Amino acid sequence: MKPIKMVEPPAGHSGAGFFATSFDQVIGMARSYSLWPLPFATSCCGIEFMATMGAHYDIARFGAERPSFSPRQADLLLVMGTIAKKMGPVLKQVYIQMAEPRWVVAVGACASSGGIFDTYSVLQGIDRIIPVDVYVPGCPPRPEQIIEGLMQVQELARNESLRRRNTPEYQELLASYNIQ
Amino acid sequence: MLNNKDVAEHIAEKFEGKVGEFEQPFDLLTFTASREIIIPLLTYLKEHPQYKIDFLTDITGIHYPDATGREFVVVYHLHSLINNFRVRIKVPLSKDDIHVPTATELYASANWMERETYDFFGIIFDGHPNLIRILNIEEMDYFPLRKEYPVEDATRRDKIDALFGR
Repeated sequence: MKPIKMVEPPAGHSGAGFFATSFDQVIGMARSYSLWPLPFATSCCGIEFMATMGAHYDIARFGAERPSFSPRQADLLLVMGTIAKKMGPVLKQVYIQMAEPRWVVAVGACASSGGIFDTYSVLQGIDRIIPVDVYVPGCPPRPEQIIEGLMQVQELARNESLRRRNTPEYQELLASYNIQ
Repeated sequence: MLNNKDVAEHIAEKFEGKVGEFEQPFDLLTFTASREIIIPLLTYLKEHPQYKIDFLTDITGIHYPDATGREFVVVYHLHSLINNFRVRIKVPLSKDDIHVPTATELYASANWMERETYDFFGIIFDGHPNLIRILNIEEMDYFPLRKEYPVEDATRRDKIDALFGR
């Protein structure tokens, strides 16, 4: 049997019967291992995500086993597939309905840049309408790549300040997208 | 069974001077009709006791930017389900007057097909009950399938010609 790996505790002070660390670190760690993804799947990248969720690749190993089909309870918006311009306002609405803290992953070439659909009806990358934290390349990306994208978000969740939403940079970013 | 030759001869006689350019690419009877008679023609084919060409398969448009005086064409595909006989009718239009009467009173299915043709080519179907865009975003201010626009999305800034060998 393989040895069970436990998460390393964050840096802090320990002594007999106590352990002290900062909220930033312990809450960031807790968040990073319970990211609830909202799969916004419109095409083939969504099929790859199904494989990622399945037993073989098993995204649950990373604490993301609870796909949330309501944006209100989701932490992580996974946009997978071609977003037509007509779909743009819908995607933005879903993003606005998500509560802070929230992260966005653009999975695949279409969500990242429009991909091969360089045409009048397709949004040339979702970063035209909502801020994106992590881009996963590929057409479509393999499940390993989607997991790598999730791990990048975990890294963000661990290292960001507890209330990223209050930083002036973040508010400026949202304002540039006309999101309050 | 119907055959292209008999139907073509009958239509040419019945609508003399208003139809023409009969051909049969891939054995599909094809001819042009003027827009004044397109609705009477569709009605006639639908109600003809023998032909019964009463199913509207598709309405679409074509843009020929270099064909002066007939830049736009509206194409009707019809099917006789009883005789398994198909016919294609083209209605040429000038770009200064792209109006054609609606077929919605004859075929309810023409409603969305005509909206689509309007959406992509800007062809106005006179008398249509609700001629608005159906597939594209409402804010779109042009008709994308006209051959007047670059193929690639003009809002994209990351495509440098040198990278694409041009």
